[in-house]
Amino acid sequence: MKWEVVIGLEVHTQLTTQSKIFSPASTAFGAAPNTQTAVVDIALPGALPVMNKAAVEKAIQFGLAIGGKVNRRSVFARKNYFYPDLPKGYQISQFELPVVEGGAITINVDGVEKTINLTRAHLEEDAGKSVHEDFHGQSGIDLNRAGTPLLEIVSEPEMRSAAEAVAYAKALYSLVTWIGICDGNMQEGSFRCDVNVSVRPFGQAEFGTRREIKNLNSFKFIEQAVHAEVRYQIELIEDGGKVQQATVLFNPDTGETRAMRSKEDAHDYRYFPDPDLPPLVIGEDWIERVRGELPELPAAMQQRFQSQYGIPAYDASTLTASKALAAFYEATVAAGADAKLASNWIMGDVSATLNREEKDITASPVSAEALAALIKRVMDNTINNKTAKDVLKKMWESGATDPSVADTIIERDGLKQETDTGAIEAIVDAVLAANPKAIEEYRSGKEKALNALVGQVMKGSGGKANPAMALELLKKKVG
Amino acid sequence: MSLSLDDVRRIAKLARIAVSDDEVAATQQQLNRIFGLIEEMRAVDTTGIEPMSHAQDVALRLRDDVATAANRREAFQAVAPEVDGGLYLVPKVIE
Repeated sequence: MKWEVVIGLEVHTQLTTQSKIFSPASTAFGAAPNTQTAVVDIALPGALPVMNKAAVEKAIQFGLAIGGKVNRRSVFARKNYFYPDLPKGYQISQFELPVVEGGAITINVDGVEKTINLTRAHLEEDAGKSVHEDFHGQSGIDLNRAGTPLLEIVSEPEMRSAAEAVAYAKALYSLVTWIGICDGNMQEGSFRCDVNVSVRPFGQAEFGTRREIKNLNSFKFIEQAVHAEVRYQIELIEDGGKVQQATVLFNPDTGETRAMRSKEDAHDYRYFPDPDLPPLVIGEDWIERVRGELPELPAAMQQRFQSQYGIPAYDASTLTASKALAAFYEATVAAGADAKLASNWIMGDVSATLNREEKDITASPVSAEALAALIKRVMDNTINNKTAKDVLKKMWESGATDPSVADTIIERDGLKQETDTGAIEAIVDAVLAANPKAIEEYRSGKEKALNALVGQVMKGSGGKANPAMALELLKKKVG
Repeated sequence: MSLSLDDVRRIAKLARIAVSDDEVAATQQQLNRIFGLIEEMRAVDTTGIEPMSHAQDVALRLRDDVATAANRREAFQAVAPEVDGGLYLVPKVIE
């Protein structure tokens, strides 16, 4: 039987605020345990929550960025459950009336565009952390994270493969970091994904029973976990079993998903409006101000890159993967580099080196202006492409913020292309004399026979010949 | 609507309130009386009235995003039953 996979995501994004959602304690990561807690976070009796304005503003930014509806009135509710990292006995979240409803995100898998609709995004507080190392048979609790503002973003179950789920998570990640509402630090838990997976026979209208994979904090794990879960569910059904709704954890070491101890009452959260918090009212003027301050969004920038710089859709989409990368590209072009060459260099050697060194574009030792100066030397035929790659390597090693660095290296190492026809002619003659067979092939109609000789001319010139000129000379001499 | 004895036991368990077998019947009666009160209120005609989510007709107050809380761990942990290395200790949590 052919199976169809159905996936929906719930993503917890930590909002980049200084203080917590309901208390004035700091949200900075990595402090000593329990040093960043206020009376509200540890739930001392009588302590009352006061809403952080910046958290609301970031939710508005998100709602506008995805083209969703920012509710003029939304309500905070108590989600009741008992766990030691949640000292109040309930999490303040939003239930019936979330701050954002609807909206959509466009993903691209293997060149095919697809729109994923969002159900909602709601504000809530994070819980603390349990430390399970052995404290004489007890668990340790750190409440520094308790009360950190989260925006939980819920998608419709519209993804049909692991690849689509990953593409969606990446697009969402790129958007929230782009508009600056989340720092995107996945190691520190700033962007955590719960993935709902079910399978159904192709053509069946109803959904199968889903299992929820909790707390995935890398794109690679999302992909692996979905594959493992799909395999498990299909095997189970084909062996005559039935999928039971469950919450599962993914173990990256074994590559398997495992059901958490089922708590029969786990889903009975008895939500009700929190009497400590009146409705959140967001005025039209606030929304309009935020709309006016939103940066150009990735999708719009992609369109502009294609029309303004005449680069292909693929280039435009790669270069707008982050705001910093897009800015670097625009600065390179603004400094005089050809738009397509700049794109090739940034997506090619620059990105490859950054990846190898596990660096971000903001940490590039070569500035956009210095890169542009190098590209200009390729454009005016001072050096060929291969030499330029070597120069970039040297610029990278020494660091190059000043546009003069490329010229300095070309001059110092004598890398200028040999444009003296006489000098190249001598090399061409020598190469031709050593390769009578190639000449014969060329004369009998095999055009490409001379291409192999260009390489030899290049080698003979120490890489300084202009390949186009070398080919031309070869043809002239043989022809 | 009225609650069964099993409903009462389940609600007590969810709320982590120990209700002994002797108390279940009495608790059931008390809760059912509350439901009676709710029934009375539900009988009122509220057609055309927008439901409220809070008893007062006010909007949420918002504060500026400034981290001003001092570290008061020592004072907070002075009343905790057990602490170790800055952590609160609780009965073992198993996932």
